[in-house]
Amino acid sequence: MTKYSIFSLIRNALSYHENWQKAWRSPDPKPEYDVIIVGGGGHGLATAYYLAKECGITNVAVIEKGWLGGGNTGRNTTIVRSNYLWDESAALYDHAVKLWETMSQDLNYNVMFSQRGLLHLAHNVHDMQEIGRRGHAIKLNGIDSEFISPAQVKEMVPFINLECRYPVMGALLQRRGGTARHDAVAWGYARAIDAMGVDVIQNCEVTGFKVEGGVVKGVETSRGYIGAKKVGVVTAGHTSVMAEMAGFRMPLESFPLQAFVSEPLKPVIDCVIMSNAIHAYISQSDKGELVIGGSGDPYVSYSQRGSFDQIEHVAGPVVELYPIFSRVRMMRQWGGITDVTVDRSPIITKTPVENLYFNCGWGTGGFKATPGSGHVFAHSIAKGEMHPIAAPFSMDRFYTGALIDEAAAAAVAH
Amino acid sequence: MLMITCPWCGEREQIEFSAGGQAHIARPEDPAKLSDEEWGAYIYVRDNPKGVHFERWVHSHGCGKWFNAVRHTVTDVFWDVYTMGEEKPWVPEDWDGLTTRAQYETAKTAGQTAEGGEQK
Amino acid sequence: MSQSHRIEGKGRIDRSRTLSFTWNGARYMGHPGDTLASALLANGVRLVGRSFKYHRPRGIMTAGSEEPNAVVQLEEGARTEPNTRATVTELYEGLTARPQNCWPSVEFDIGAINSKLSRFFPAGFYYKTFMWPRKLWEPVYEKVIRKAAGMGESPMEWDPDSYAQHFEHCDVLIAGGGPAGLAAALAAGRAGARVILADEGPEFGGSLLSDVLEVDGEPADAWIEKTVAELQAMEEVTLLPRTTVTAYYDHNFLTACERVTDHLGPQVDDGVPRQRFWKIRARQTILAQGSIERPLLFADNDRPGVMLASAARTYINRYGVLPGREIVVFTGHDSAYKTALDAKAAGAKVEIVDLRPDPKGPLIDKARAAGIEIHAGCGITGTRGTKALHGCDVAELSEDGKSLKGAPYSLGCDCIAVGGGWNPTVHLFSQARGKLKWDDDKQCFVPHFCQQPTRSVGAGNGTFDLAGCLAEGLAAGAAAAKDAGFGDGAAPEAPAVEIEEEGPARQVWIVPSDKPLGHGKKHFHDHQNDVTAADIHLAAREGYISVEHLKRYTTTGMGTDQGKTSNVNALAVMAEIRGAQIPEVGTTTFRPPYVPTPFGAVTGQNRRALFLQERTTPMHPAHVANGAVFEDVGDWKRPWYFPKDGEDMEEAVQRECRQARETCGLLDASTLGKIDIQGPDAAWFLNMIYTNKWDQLKVGSARYGLMLNEHGMVFDDGVTTRLAEDHFHMTTTTGGAARVMGWLEEWLQTEWPDRRVYCTSVTEQWAVCTITGPNAKALMAELTDDIDVDPATFPFLTFREGTVAGAPARVFRISFTGDLAYEINVPARFGLSVWTTILERGYRHGLVQYGTETMHVLRAEKGFIIAGQDTDGTVTPMDLGMDWIVSKKKDDFLGRRSHFRSDTAREGRKQLVGILTEDPNVVLPEGAHLVEKPGRPPIPMLGHVTSSYRSPNVGRSIAMGLIKDGRNRIGETLYAPMMDGETVHRVTLCEPVFFDKEGSRTNG
Repeated sequence: MTKYSIFSLIRNALSYHENWQKAWRSPDPKPEYDVIIVGGGGHGLATAYYLAKECGITNVAVIEKGWLGGGNTGRNTTIVRSNYLWDESAALYDHAVKLWETMSQDLNYNVMFSQRGLLHLAHNVHDMQEIGRRGHAIKLNGIDSEFISPAQVKEMVPFINLECRYPVMGALLQRRGGTARHDAVAWGYARAIDAMGVDVIQNCEVTGFKVEGGVVKGVETSRGYIGAKKVGVVTAGHTSVMAEMAGFRMPLESFPLQAFVSEPLKPVIDCVIMSNAIHAYISQSDKGELVIGGSGDPYVSYSQRGSFDQIEHVAGPVVELYPIFSRVRMMRQWGGITDVTVDRSPIITKTPVENLYFNCGWGTGGFKATPGSGHVFAHSIAKGEMHPIAAPFSMDRFYTGALIDEAAAAAVAH
Repeated sequence: MLMITCPWCGEREQIEFSAGGQAHIARPEDPAKLSDEEWGAYIYVRDNPKGVHFERWVHSHGCGKWFNAVRHTVTDVFWDVYTMGEEKPWVPEDWDGLTTRAQYETAKTAGQTAEGGEQK
Repeated sequence: MSQSHRIEGKGRIDRSRTLSFTWNGARYMGHPGDTLASALLANGVRLVGRSFKYHRPRGIMTAGSEEPNAVVQLEEGARTEPNTRATVTELYEGLTARPQNCWPSVEFDIGAINSKLSRFFPAGFYYKTFMWPRKLWEPVYEKVIRKAAGMGESPMEWDPDSYAQHFEHCDVLIAGGGPAGLAAALAAGRAGARVILADEGPEFGGSLLSDVLEVDGEPADAWIEKTVAELQAMEEVTLLPRTTVTAYYDHNFLTACERVTDHLGPQVDDGVPRQRFWKIRARQTILAQGSIERPLLFADNDRPGVMLASAARTYINRYGVLPGREIVVFTGHDSAYKTALDAKAAGAKVEIVDLRPDPKGPLIDKARAAGIEIHAGCGITGTRGTKALHGCDVAELSEDGKSLKGAPYSLGCDCIAVGGGWNPTVHLFSQARGKLKWDDDKQCFVPHFCQQPTRSVGAGNGTFDLAGCLAEGLAAGAAAAKDAGFGDGAAPEAPAVEIEEEGPARQVWIVPSDKPLGHGKKHFHDHQNDVTAADIHLAAREGYISVEHLKRYTTTGMGTDQGKTSNVNALAVMAEIRGAQIPEVGTTTFRPPYVPTPFGAVTGQNRRALFLQERTTPMHPAHVANGAVFEDVGDWKRPWYFPKDGEDMEEAVQRECRQARETCGLLDASTLGKIDIQGPDAAWFLNMIYTNKWDQLKVGSARYGLMLNEHGMVFDDGVTTRLAEDHFHMTTTTGGAARVMGWLEEWLQTEWPDRRVYCTSVTEQWAVCTITGPNAKALMAELTDDIDVDPATFPFLTFREGTVAGAPARVFRISFTGDLAYEINVPARFGLSVWTTILERGYRHGLVQYGTETMHVLRAEKGFIIAGQDTDGTVTPMDLGMDWIVSKKKDDFLGRRSHFRSDTAREGRKQLVGILTEDPNVVLPEGAHLVEKPGRPPIPMLGHVTSSYRSPNVGRSIAMGLIKDGRNRIGETLYAPMMDGETVHRVTLCEPVFFDKEGSRTNG
């Protein structure tokens, strides 16, 4: 792998950029691998990356039905944060943020991770209690978190309408939170694992699992059977489909989630702003687009599209909170399929099939966890033993009742 | 935005409804007799199919009635709706979700393929 | 200034009136009917902007919403609009606009240095650098990138204009009012269908407005007028000019944006919306959006003066503007010859560079006859001029079109009209989940199959001749009407038009130049994002060959024009590189909206007061009059506290708390959820819904109940009273009311349909005044003569009916303060009068009205929980120390089974306890966490403070919290570290009751 740098850029410029190498090969599948990762999104590629880099397992294939990063990796609003309530979540997401901080250098691919700060606005007493509780918990977990006043919010976002329908009463700030360039994450990982000998196989759909005596032996694909000692499934919205092939069911539902961007503007918002009571979050990309997301549709769909009223329900709050954006135009909207668990926490787990591992249930918040998710999943697969950070997210919590209920924390006001 | 047929009120906009998740999950007669796995499966595990989905909706901003529906989760086309307690309707194996039930049946009777919506 | 490029007597503009406007600081003149773009061209203005990345000078390229270059900052101040397409901005008196993305000026732009250094900024260069040193990324590298990026500037003032939303149902929605669309509307309208015809432009006619054709033996204008007149006369037909159908969603739901007053310029907001956003549910749709001409990829094809041939023709025929005096038409298609002919007729010097070695056909003959020189088999290999085009180089191409035969020679020109073929506008069709197919003869994607009831017609369907457009439109209109239940589907007869013969075209996707691709000269395909053919080669070279990777890596098609002029060219180039067919490369998904749409329009009226309706109680006017400060609880506005002369919240609440316990207090509890439950199985139902037993409850008695979800966790609570054998009155939390109602209905309808239980929400039917405190009894006695208020005969947890303060009332002896209390429910219409009467009569009894904050303090003094504050969906009744309320006799109720799961049943869960700070003056912040020993984070946490107040009645701060193994830790000393990272408070755990522990005050 030729190293990317200002020098390589100049050198190649002089040769009219005709000597750049492929970022990754397009190999044909081998008959067998030590580990097959199903799903070429950020989490799957990151898993392969840490298998190769830290677990010494390079005989690995990442199998992707379509094109790399074509799922939720390339469809999210690129927010990265770790200001979660429960210890288990905080540990997992902050593990990720720490890896984000050096990802560009680790991958030698600029993923444009910038910690521009992330605000959670509180609009009523219940919100204040919620961020109060979360803020303290985060702090004591050793993660940065600050309460700031409406006046301080106004300093960071001068044009915000503090006196909106639900006046802003305060906010929780995580300075280490921010955004990254989502596509670059997939491409950077792909390039890095390819260099370490991992096969990145696109346009290859898994159609079934070969299971013998309760042990997975390989996967049937649109490009033929591929053997594997271990298989890790990281297919987000399609997890239930994979599980059905493997002969079990998951505590998941796949809901549409939409997002949209405005036309590119000169810099106007410098941080990420999230709002619970008035459900909308917003940031500005390096290209200048306002990137806006909200809540999803509550019905099962694999269509990667949602209903228009969800768009309305996000655009409304944006205009209410930021009346200056009323004349700014929505340029493009799209949808993804989010695999949602009842406690809004992911599932990183062994399955009823031996050597078959699942990593799913990231719902609407998977992007931020990409490196951490891949890291703990890789170690779990390599060892055959769930990584301590991953252990609490095992599937059996739905039978013991030990949920990690991030949804409950934001219960409705009374 | 979906157009949903309430069995009681007829076609209405999706904004009048709330989704109720998978249909035909009966509450166990005697929960105490269930293992933790069985109970967990009842409250948390769902089919979540990519294809034909038997699901519940409630006309929350209309008549307030719950009812069942069959929808294809890839095309979001409804095959049928039916009231609580009614039998699951028949859904043909070869329904690809690209046509409504009416289109499918006329196409069948006309002995054509399901490409009834093809450009004229 | 003079309109140097006007053509005498041509165009649809109103020359009798003159409009003045300001561009880039200078004043110009135009006419009604002009767009900003046509007016600028009329005044000889070429340079209108700088490109996104290289800051190359750019001019007007199109005459429609596909414009990639001429996007400008319209107006200033509160009404400024970034990224506005000059080509669709109708001119109005006083219009002001300026170029974007250039500094200090569009003529001299510092950023143009990028153009010199352009070879160092290939596609995706930023992924390859700016990584070292890491700490410079945000403060330096990214800052520069962000400043350079972006296009227009956001308004910084609130939008003074208003917007409207309109919901409509129709039988046939027709997008596009060109010949095909008009014909379709005519056929559908005549069949009696309810039709909506929407067109982007101010007048209907589409391509006909730019053409010089005859329909039925008279000028097309006449046919348009006749048709529009007939449509206007039809009752069921709605004509929407200036309305763009922006998106096509599921089940034939479409949105459209109507620009109501934009063409008039800034208006005083007199209630007329600036734009109206249409939400349309159509039985059938007809997509007649026409087609967009493709540019050709030749060297330096972005100079100001290079424009689409069709656009040049539109400027000549529709706007009476000559886009150049020396025009070179560059094409491989017959259609561009029409531009040449019209330009020649308008007095321009015209030459044609035709990719075809031997073009034949009537149009070619006409051109020759008109004395236009045709450079056959040639291509343009380069252009000259920076801020304005002044010449181009032409050379003969090899048979395969990949190299040059002869040496290039130059032609002088100030305009190159480019015709590279046509792309049907299939955006809406694709948004509707329609599948496209590649048409090899027409060299474009055309609609194929769609699951929704839609029809594509005319150029949008790949039918480019007028006769075909009219015939298709009429047929589709009639058929759509029939499918919607109108008419017999027979199409009206099509008007006679002359048949245009077109010869075969030659498609050369990349026109070679004298230099290898990417060596110095630039073949732009995405003009807005500055993406070149060389960038596509680079992407392919690096493996970004999937069309989505290509798009995201090079950003082609990601601009405000959404690649309307660039996508197919990009696909074609990638196909050539891969040696694949274009359909194999595939198309990118067409994302809504078709054209960028203001957030304000999407939001419509749902802003400010109408954003989310406020709910208020019948007593609200009194609260306002009494100076209440309100708290948002759900949608409700509840009195938070009632400050007296200059009191702050703390002072007011302390006073209210003290007085409520010393004499008596009055609370507006109307927002509590109330559900009327009737039916023979009502008691059985409550047994399933609540954790405790209800069948034994005596008529006239009330009981407190906890509601669990099936996870076994508390999700709501309240007191329910048995009014009669089969009649209960349930109360819920304020925020939980709707949820509980839905919960009850769901179980009744879906699980127990045979049970005879009927629930009705009566929250808004009853206004509730709660009187509490030692003097409550005396005050009550004054308010009613027919209810014996003596606690001895009217015991706790019972109810009476009677008259209170002149209103029929249900009075409940329940208490959320622990003191003697009466909850007076009166029909909502009596609420205000009863409230004011109580206040008057209460005066002598020292009555104080109090708000939610005091309510919280008083209940906390007694250790009463608030579901949602002291619980969070992870708390069981046992965790709350309320085992007593969980019936051991019942073998089933909702959530019961979950209590036996290992984690839910285990010891040491978080439990509700009281928390007392060592320093009685310290009020812990709610949300603070307790730890065993303080230190540097991370510190293991035991749980958090759920409620915390200063209690005047206990004489110190009090708090409750959910603490691991809390019950067993009572008496233990723990620590509460504060957010400042320094302060730590010592606390002791205790029973969560702080006041009147023996409960002696409940009966006064």
